[in-house]
Amino acid sequence: MHELLNYQGILFAGAWLTLQVALLSLLLALTLGLLGALAKLSHSTCLKGIATLYTTIIRGIPDLILMLLIFFGGQMLINDLSYNLNEWLNQFVTRFDPAHEWYSFLPDYIDISPYFAGIMTIGFIFGAYMAETFRGAYLSVEKGQLEAATAYGMSKYKIFVRVMFPQMMRHALPGIGNNWLVLLKTTSLVSIIGLQDMVKIAGDASGSTQQPFTFYFAVALIFLLFTSISTTFLKWAERKYTIKTR
Amino acid sequence: MDFSIIINEYQFYLEGIWTTFWLVSFSLLLGLLIAIPAGILHSSEKWWIKGPIWLYMYFFRGTPLLIQLFIIYYGAAQFELLRESWLWEYFQEAWFCALLAFTLNTGAYTAEIVRGVIGNMPKGELEAAKAYGMSAWQILRRITLPNSLRRALPAYSNEVIFMIHGSAIAGVVTIVDITGAARVVNARYYAPFEAYLAAGLLYMCLTFSVIYIFRQWEKRYLES
Repeated sequence: MHELLNYQGILFAGAWLTLQVALLSLLLALTLGLLGALAKLSHSTCLKGIATLYTTIIRGIPDLILMLLIFFGGQMLINDLSYNLNEWLNQFVTRFDPAHEWYSFLPDYIDISPYFAGIMTIGFIFGAYMAETFRGAYLSVEKGQLEAATAYGMSKYKIFVRVMFPQMMRHALPGIGNNWLVLLKTTSLVSIIGLQDMVKIAGDASGSTQQPFTFYFAVALIFLLFTSISTTFLKWAERKYTIKTR
Repeated sequence: MDFSIIINEYQFYLEGIWTTFWLVSFSLLLGLLIAIPAGILHSSEKWWIKGPIWLYMYFFRGTPLLIQLFIIYYGAAQFELLRESWLWEYFQEAWFCALLAFTLNTGAYTAEIVRGVIGNMPKGELEAAKAYGMSAWQILRRITLPNSLRRALPAYSNEVIFMIHGSAIAGVVTIVDITGAARVVNARYYAPFEAYLAAGLLYMCLTFSVIYIFRQWEKRYLES
């Protein structure tokens, strides 16, 4: 037990990192979700197609595979692209200036940090689930309200900001809450791509202290604390906002 | 990009598909065996029945599957008593730990689904059964279970897909499931894009086949 106290500091630092990744990916997911929902509800076939492809792919592939694909595969792809672009630009310049010496216009090696890759992947995955939630919420807002807003002569943008969005969020709240709880637990996967979150720290600590159960159980309890606080808050928020609709 | 690697190493992926398939199927089956009694007994009035079930569901639904797997796979070694017992033979094996973690996890989530549908049972049907003089056990077996398990299908199909996706972490603890196969191929050729893309496509086929099967079942059992 006193081993746990020795690692208290960095374990909490890891917990803070986990929370950061979760909150930043939530922000990205909400943005992507809103855009995805708007694309799905738009009249353009092209936008609809892209949004449908996005949500279908995400729902078909496990989050871990997507994360590995973006972290390892994406890094390789970007570097290949950057290399080829460099070559092409150099050849292009040499054609006009034979004395030109090879110069790297784009960085030779681009390193995607696990922090960035983790947030991008988790945000990207949950954006798809959020899009479904928002789409459902959008459809559950009464048509009459929108017609009334149009009759008042509001512009499309104003209708969205003043009438649609506030009511839509009320319907979307339970769905967003559920997605947040799943997202929070998915955050543990970032340890696999090498981020020093609390799962990774627990792994390192259990290696040097020979007490894997103690450390992983402590991490489980921290996660349990996060999810419990979230559910309490969500229940409170739902109660608060449903009263207003009635 | 060179996808001939994947074609050359297809036997790894074949093994991976098989491992993922049986690992997920067995966990789901065993999980269901935990979930049905747990979901029913959750509404029991005795605290010593309700308490442990509540704690079990609370813990396994509130923590990540990865942590649960690590607690079992790495954590088991911390206990002297376990290491000296016959159980240690099993806890040493990665497949056993994965199966145990997945079973307990899906059991908790499915119990929540079972609890929900049983709570929403139409009151009239239960009253009718009681009026016929059926015992509590008869009502459960003849009326409550058939009716509510049918209504649980849509939520359960989500849980199955969640389990297929969740099982990808088995590759992290040396098991050669689909993810494990991709890791092996990547380690040999350093071709992360091809290796993981192939794995992603395989998971996608698996997921959509399961969605298709459940849709057929829902058509048969729910819309008649």
